[in-house]
Amino acid sequence: MNKHNGDSGANGVTFTLDGREIEARDGETIWQAAARHGTDIPHLCYRDSDGYRADGNCRACMVEIEGERVLAASCIRTPTDGMVVNSDNHRAKNARKMVMELLVADQPPRATSHDPDSELWRYAESQQLDVARFPAKPAVAPDDSHPAIAVNMDACIQCNLCVRACREVQVNDVIGLAGRGADARIVFDFDDDMGASTCVGCGECVQACPTGALMPKTLLDSDQALAITPDRQVDSVCPYCGVGCQLTFSVKDETIVAVSGRQGPANQSRLCVKGRYGFDYIHNPERLTTPLIRRDDVPKSASMPFDPANPLTHFREASWEEALDLAAGRLADVRDTHGAAAMAGFGSAKGTNEEAYLVQKLVRTGFRTNNVDHCTRLCHASSVAALLENIGSGAVTASFAECRNAEAIIVIGANPTVNHPVAATFIKNAAKSGTRLYVLDPRGQHLDRYATASLRFTPGSDVAMLNAMINVIITEGLYDSAYVETQTEGFEDLKARTAHTTPEAMAPICGIEPEVLREVARGYATAGSAMIFWGMGISQHTHGTDNSRCLISLALLTGNVGRAGTGLHPLRGQNNVQGASDAGLIPMFFPDYKPVTDAETRARYADFWGAELDPERGLTVVEITEAAYDGDIKAMYIMGENPAMSDPDQAHARAALANLDILVVQDIFMTETAAFADVILPASAFPEKDGTVTNTDRRVQMGRQAVNPPGDARQDWWIIQELARRMGLDWAYTHPRDIFGEMRMVMPSLTGITWQRLLDEGAVTYPCADETSPGREVIFGDGFPTESGRGRMTPADVLPPDETPDADFPIVLTTGRLLEHWHTGSMTRRSGVLDAIEPEPEVHMAPETLQSLQVEAGALVRVVTRRGEIELAARIDPKLPSGLIFVPFCFYEAPANYLTNPALDPYGKIPELKFAAARIEVPAAAE
Amino acid sequence: MDEAGAPADRRQGQKSSRGKGNYKPKGRLVDPAAMAEIRQILGTTPPRRDLLIESLHGIQDHFHHLSARHLAALADWMRLPMAEVWEVASFYDHFDLVREGETPPPACTVRICTSLSCMMAGGEALLETLQAQAGEHVRFVAAPCIGACDKAPAAAIGHQLVAPATHDALATVTETRPVETPPEARLFDDYCETGGYRVLRELLDGARTRDEALDILDGAALRGLGGAGFPTGRKWRIVGGQPGPRLMAVNGDEGEPGTFKDRLYLSTDPHRMVEGILIAAHVVGVERCFIYMRDEYPEIIALLHRELDKVRAAGLSDHVEIELRRGAGAYICGEESAMIESIEGKRGLPRHRPPYVAEVGIFGRPTLVNNVETLHWIRDILENGADWFNDQGRDGHPGPRSYSVSGRVARPGVVIAPAGSTVEELIERCGGMVEGHVFKGYLPGGASGGILPADKADIPLDFGGRLAEEGCFVGSHAVVVLSDQDNMWDAALNLMKFFAHESCGQCTPCRNGTEKAVAMMGADTPDTDLLGELAVAMADASICGLGQAASNPLVSVMRHFPEDIEAKRS
Repeated sequence: MNKHNGDSGANGVTFTLDGREIEARDGETIWQAAARHGTDIPHLCYRDSDGYRADGNCRACMVEIEGERVLAASCIRTPTDGMVVNSDNHRAKNARKMVMELLVADQPPRATSHDPDSELWRYAESQQLDVARFPAKPAVAPDDSHPAIAVNMDACIQCNLCVRACREVQVNDVIGLAGRGADARIVFDFDDDMGASTCVGCGECVQACPTGALMPKTLLDSDQALAITPDRQVDSVCPYCGVGCQLTFSVKDETIVAVSGRQGPANQSRLCVKGRYGFDYIHNPERLTTPLIRRDDVPKSASMPFDPANPLTHFREASWEEALDLAAGRLADVRDTHGAAAMAGFGSAKGTNEEAYLVQKLVRTGFRTNNVDHCTRLCHASSVAALLENIGSGAVTASFAECRNAEAIIVIGANPTVNHPVAATFIKNAAKSGTRLYVLDPRGQHLDRYATASLRFTPGSDVAMLNAMINVIITEGLYDSAYVETQTEGFEDLKARTAHTTPEAMAPICGIEPEVLREVARGYATAGSAMIFWGMGISQHTHGTDNSRCLISLALLTGNVGRAGTGLHPLRGQNNVQGASDAGLIPMFFPDYKPVTDAETRARYADFWGAELDPERGLTVVEITEAAYDGDIKAMYIMGENPAMSDPDQAHARAALANLDILVVQDIFMTETAAFADVILPASAFPEKDGTVTNTDRRVQMGRQAVNPPGDARQDWWIIQELARRMGLDWAYTHPRDIFGEMRMVMPSLTGITWQRLLDEGAVTYPCADETSPGREVIFGDGFPTESGRGRMTPADVLPPDETPDADFPIVLTTGRLLEHWHTGSMTRRSGVLDAIEPEPEVHMAPETLQSLQVEAGALVRVVTRRGEIELAARIDPKLPSGLIFVPFCFYEAPANYLTNPALDPYGKIPELKFAAARIEVPAAAE
Repeated sequence: MDEAGAPADRRQGQKSSRGKGNYKPKGRLVDPAAMAEIRQILGTTPPRRDLLIESLHGIQDHFHHLSARHLAALADWMRLPMAEVWEVASFYDHFDLVREGETPPPACTVRICTSLSCMMAGGEALLETLQAQAGEHVRFVAAPCIGACDKAPAAAIGHQLVAPATHDALATVTETRPVETPPEARLFDDYCETGGYRVLRELLDGARTRDEALDILDGAALRGLGGAGFPTGRKWRIVGGQPGPRLMAVNGDEGEPGTFKDRLYLSTDPHRMVEGILIAAHVVGVERCFIYMRDEYPEIIALLHRELDKVRAAGLSDHVEIELRRGAGAYICGEESAMIESIEGKRGLPRHRPPYVAEVGIFGRPTLVNNVETLHWIRDILENGADWFNDQGRDGHPGPRSYSVSGRVARPGVVIAPAGSTVEELIERCGGMVEGHVFKGYLPGGASGGILPADKADIPLDFGGRLAEEGCFVGSHAVVVLSDQDNMWDAALNLMKFFAHESCGQCTPCRNGTEKAVAMMGADTPDTDLLGELAVAMADASICGLGQAASNPLVSVMRHFPEDIEAKRS
């Protein structure tokens, strides 16, 4: 075969396009081969992007194939050897132009169209088409119902790209093409308004639409005509969850006006509603723009009323100089008066790696204590404890995208369509293409629709259920004995300790029939490759570490680690929780998980940082709060965290904050925590900074500054450095790249990952051999970083939750997030679109629960636990079993964490946020 | 320490969000009562994706419409997105979708055919009159061809045929009538007594081999009589050569305007087709066969259910699982790949080729697709030999054909005549023209085969040949005869409206082309130049035969009957 391009696959074919012989790679279509050779054939319904199937319906890309009676759509036709294709002869061009003319006939005029620069208009223009000779159909009225998306079906060409976007790419399954013939029309659910439908607002359809029929509302005027053309675009990373979607900010006049998904390895151009439409929080008028110092006449109290839009009732404005001097001076005073043990700092998993590194360095070398932690303690601390204990590494063993290679997937204690929406799309893609999916969660969820089986087990009974599965796998001989023998340890102990946990014995505890337990155990164990995904439903328990141990044992028993399509993947919550932990923002480890208690390590770091280091493990988040409450911790520096909302037993936590001698808060908003501050330092939001973040896959990615911070808000790294300098440290970083450079000197995990490489490639996964190698998506195929090199299977005993329901508190309260609201809501509640979709705190409950209370959905009810009570509206949610209620923790109006139990997992020190005994009361005022 | 305050005190000062919430998950909630109702109606029907249309039928039959609450329950039960249920239900004419707050249609629907033969017989006028008089318990709606063109104008109460339909017969209708069994049908016992299933038994016994059967078919000039004309023996060999499991579909979605031969064969001698299926399944090695019958033929569906049970009881179909599937009012499902989509429970969107359905058909498996009449001839051919079959034709046109003749002839009906018969001969076989009518032109092959003038009445009506040279085709052999009292432009517009109504809407040239063509053809001064350009693009660029052929009548009339266009202008 004549390989004049040198890039043809072994199975490539040679065909003639417009008189020129060209090669097509294996599987390539005529359109793709033509495009690669420089011929741009018009196309509308075809999207040249991963995950989009060619559909060949618009007929804008017709070509003539010699010997065939009719023309062919080049986007869907693969060439064969010797085929002669004409794209530029009269017949093909005429057909394409007539197709365009038929489409243009029904469009609004270009000048007033929703997107005059749409693909439709650009291809019409390239074919010298401006107006059509055909009579137009009556136009369809706009659908204004969605907060973020303008639906103008007068521009729709029924190309169904939005259907494929919604159904095949994101698998949100809202959009359909209903009707027939000229009545064929795009519908949401049952031809409902988009805003009234099951639409989750991911905007994949908007990104795919080639005509402007679906547009971001932010870009249109009230006549639905394009009003805003961005003046620049900046490539960055999404500031929300741990999935780490790459995106592009569109900026107009220093304002972000739109966001689009970028072809990142984690997201393949996909985004969710938060990433795509939740960007406007940074322009919220409540942004902190000047340093604030607490007024002398307003003492702190845990129950003070406070309006974050009007902080001057409690604070006065100050210069940076005054604020930094005061903050650093008082922190140093406490340190010098009461000792380092009275000091603590919280960093943030929402900041960059460089910021996380600086915060822990400030606390360790400036505060001289290991009392530094961050919200990882509240999410995956127990998972990390179990992973470190058993496989020697706290990170995932495989990227979530590996699920495409899995024959079976277990999703347990996670609701990824809500919390990791883009990762969930890949799980759904896998399930739709035949992977067995097992969803194990007390609450029903969207993934159930695609699941082979959904096990709605009794809350808190994870260990019982998982031990039953382990029992089945061992007693039925379904484990990988060669793998167990050569790669693991602890099998005999595990076998002995699970001998009695038969499905029959465990069924009454976990509420799942023995046969179902067997089926799932077999389905997982007999798969050629299988992955386990888990979330806070596993970790946020007093037995969270035990839960994770069981999952690790399942994977090790069956040899499902270290190969394509296998792995253990705790879905990390925040955009940089992996990176912040890697950077040492945790009390027991220096960067790269080097124990602070190890003298040799400590000496190395002391030498590197030029400071004496605390030899004891520091306190964790909840322990620090407890110590503050008790008066042992007297000074705190909190950068970008909001413990007044996120910590369990919130009344207690707020009292602890109020009890501090000095609290310095660095944030972008007047958070519930900042209300207790003595000094508030206005910081920058993620789109306002340069820096790296590490996603749930161990993927280090480059974030770039899109806009300047507002007012006198400053870069976080600068603020941390100014505090450090005022506390006697001689830091002289000039840019985040300097900090990253220093991190690389002490963090082997960053081998091969330079700042420049991240600028060039956008993302590199660790571990990575060198600067030219790709990172490894799947690890531990060649042993584990444990002392023995083997993975350990640690048995877990069946224990009840800390607080079981009783006569006074008969139901189980669980907490978590909503799709639209991130963490404590400080960002998303200040995003117009996100807060419009979910504006009010609601307690989610089963229809039967509403019935038993004799209230309608929307009625005000009171949820009471031993810690406190909140009043909020009831939401009907058939996905909840009766006996279980769910309260999202993002609403300051009714903070769920007033109710939660601060009891800790003994290993991970994570509180039991997923289980509290509660009761519901109907206030007298309600109907 | 201050931590005892009431929750209200702990609230911060921001504006209250109370009263703005959703209080439910996004979208529609499933009504448990609606769920209970559909579960009862559907009984043992499993929630399988490919049974979606059957399930929709079950609910529509029961309530005479599909309410959003029942559809939401169905979607939930079948674990399907609501949008998928809605798009499928809204694709088919025989489903009436009713959203919350909308008024359901009356329980009784009378459909009046307005396709060409029935239009010529006054179907449109009848519909208009009845619609004007309709009370609240009955509605009268236009329907595309219901396969009774020989008894035009045709109507259906519910789906039970009334033909010819008269004003008096329909004006008094108040409720749907039960389906009647075709009175002339030869049933199982009778069929067996006259040699039926003997060939099948010989094949199953091994007294005849598969190769013998294939050799006979190769020699016989049997071609796909749904309209495509592909040689049957060759198709069986192609599918038989594909890797298993292999499937089969029987195309009983006769819908080409002017065509009613399959209805005749099934209502008189259904077991010939059934034996053809069982032979094909054995010879080709098919595990599972779907008979896709159009919903307009309920008496045949009922008959087949009963007769297939007898065949199963007699142990004749142990080698193949046969499922009878019901169309739902969509002409396009007569296109084989659209039919396959419909069998899979989806909208009837034709697929792209390649791959061909012989390689990738139902559920992605190699699939043998044969028309009812094609299978009808199998037993006779194997019994009597290829020559017996071929000799019923004439020189260069082997074999017999079943011409459905309708329009302005004295005795319309199915005429079994040699392949290559001419319209002249067929008119004669049908007793000549209706009195007072002068032969002016004809449709040689249903709605899509084009229109020819009377001076081309000597063209042999067969696949290819002179007919193809005229830009026409014989298709399903539906011959509609028009007279001096018919305006050909009106006929072409009627046909274009039919295609616009029946276009699946998938591709631009067909979806928008048929719609624009209807609008332009109805204009006072049609822009025939632009229509001509449009016709070329539709023929070149449409995905399937519907769009590719939709402009044939239009082009024919512009070529052969320009005076009829002028007549409309004046």
